[in-house]
Amino acid sequence: MLKNRIIPCLDVKNGRVVKGINFVDLKDAGDPVEQAKIYSDGGADEICFLDITASNENRDTIYEVVEKTSKKCFVPLTVGGGVRSIDDINKLLNCGADKVSINTAAVQNSKVVEDSSRKFGSQCIVVAIDAKRSKNGWEIFTHGGRKLTGLNALDFAVKMEKCGAGELLVTSMDKDGTQTGYDIDLMREISSIVNIPVIASGGVGSLDHLVNGIKAGASAVLAASIFHYGKYSIKQAKEYLNSKSIPVRI
Amino acid sequence: MDVTIVDYKSGNISSVINSFKEVAKDKVNIEVTSDLNKIKSSDKVVLPGQGSFKSCIDGLNSINGLIDTLSEFALNNKKPLLGICVGLQMFADVGYEEVETKGLGWISGKVSKIDNQNGKYKLPHIGWNQINIIKDSKIFKDIENNSHMYFVHSYEFIPNDNSVTAATTDYASNIVCAVEKENIFGTQFHPEKSDRIGLKIIDNFINL
Repeated sequence: MLKNRIIPCLDVKNGRVVKGINFVDLKDAGDPVEQAKIYSDGGADEICFLDITASNENRDTIYEVVEKTSKKCFVPLTVGGGVRSIDDINKLLNCGADKVSINTAAVQNSKVVEDSSRKFGSQCIVVAIDAKRSKNGWEIFTHGGRKLTGLNALDFAVKMEKCGAGELLVTSMDKDGTQTGYDIDLMREISSIVNIPVIASGGVGSLDHLVNGIKAGASAVLAASIFHYGKYSIKQAKEYLNSKSIPVRI
Repeated sequence: MDVTIVDYKSGNISSVINSFKEVAKDKVNIEVTSDLNKIKSSDKVVLPGQGSFKSCIDGLNSINGLIDTLSEFALNNKKPLLGICVGLQMFADVGYEEVETKGLGWISGKVSKIDNQNGKYKLPHIGWNQINIIKDSKIFKDIENNSHMYFVHSYEFIPNDNSVTAATTDYASNIVCAVEKENIFGTQFHPEKSDRIGLKIIDNFINL
């Protein structure tokens, strides 16, 4: 039976982890490679890096991080943030990323998704959808949640599936950072209208939130802060899901 | 010993390279090349594959003499060869992804889209699934039945002769996820992304 995935996400800026785990035995809490290794050793089903480097001159730092991580972690590695072109995707894959997540570029030009999924295969193209509730359902935001596009999130999800996306990483901008749980309605709606896996993101503050995300139809649940700050380990999360009859890899 | 990972510019093979180098350490020489002479002289060959069946076959065909060299290696010289994901699928006679495409024909069978039962199952089949070992394959030495492996695919290999099937996995139906036919091995899952247990399979192949 296919198991539901738990994906810890690390925010990386200028090659350093922004919010890190506070483990006593960690030599360098800011080192993304070491943190990723802790997660994969702890049973993470995948690792996600979100590059939030603002300046262009430091963009190359992520490549080095990915290259080093892929030599130490032997679970799938997804990298997103600032991915603009086929060339960016190619570089990340060559450095050892297994999947690349595309956000703003997919909204601006869906051909990037079409072309990249044809060139590299759908299996490595994840489209990240940042959605916020509005009076007309949910609308898409780009540029790290700063820019409203007026696009309907459900329509966009269907379009991205048609363009060849292999997975959708759906983040609720209303919930992100609140630790009050995923936007369950959003996850349920998107999961039910597409036939590709949905990764739920944004808002996790407790292990029950992970359970609710899966129950809403997500194939995988992504979380950042509950793992970073050592509130829960990956193992604890998996055991909890298992106790709630949600199939996970233990 | 020399193990060659065939680099035919089809898909992303850095994870395959990293995992084999991790397992090989300094004991085994890992080459990544499409050089026919190097393939001929190596002890073992790994055939990765990502993207569509057609794009991978086109990739093999784009290098003059590559398919003949691989066939000679696997079929005539009977040296160990491991196909991963589409690398396994290409062993078939024919694939139906995008358009009908002729495969290598090393293991009789076809590659078709997984029947997702009218949308009941999501495709691609992405994530960790358990393997049901049905044949005592050499690459499964010290691998427990029902171990989790990482999958990502929408198409499945359906062999004509079930005796080549080494393991299956349950997703919508029983999907063939590992084959063994004499010296030819294949996994639909990605051992290179399946954590320590996956590295053990790679280790088993290297130590054949």
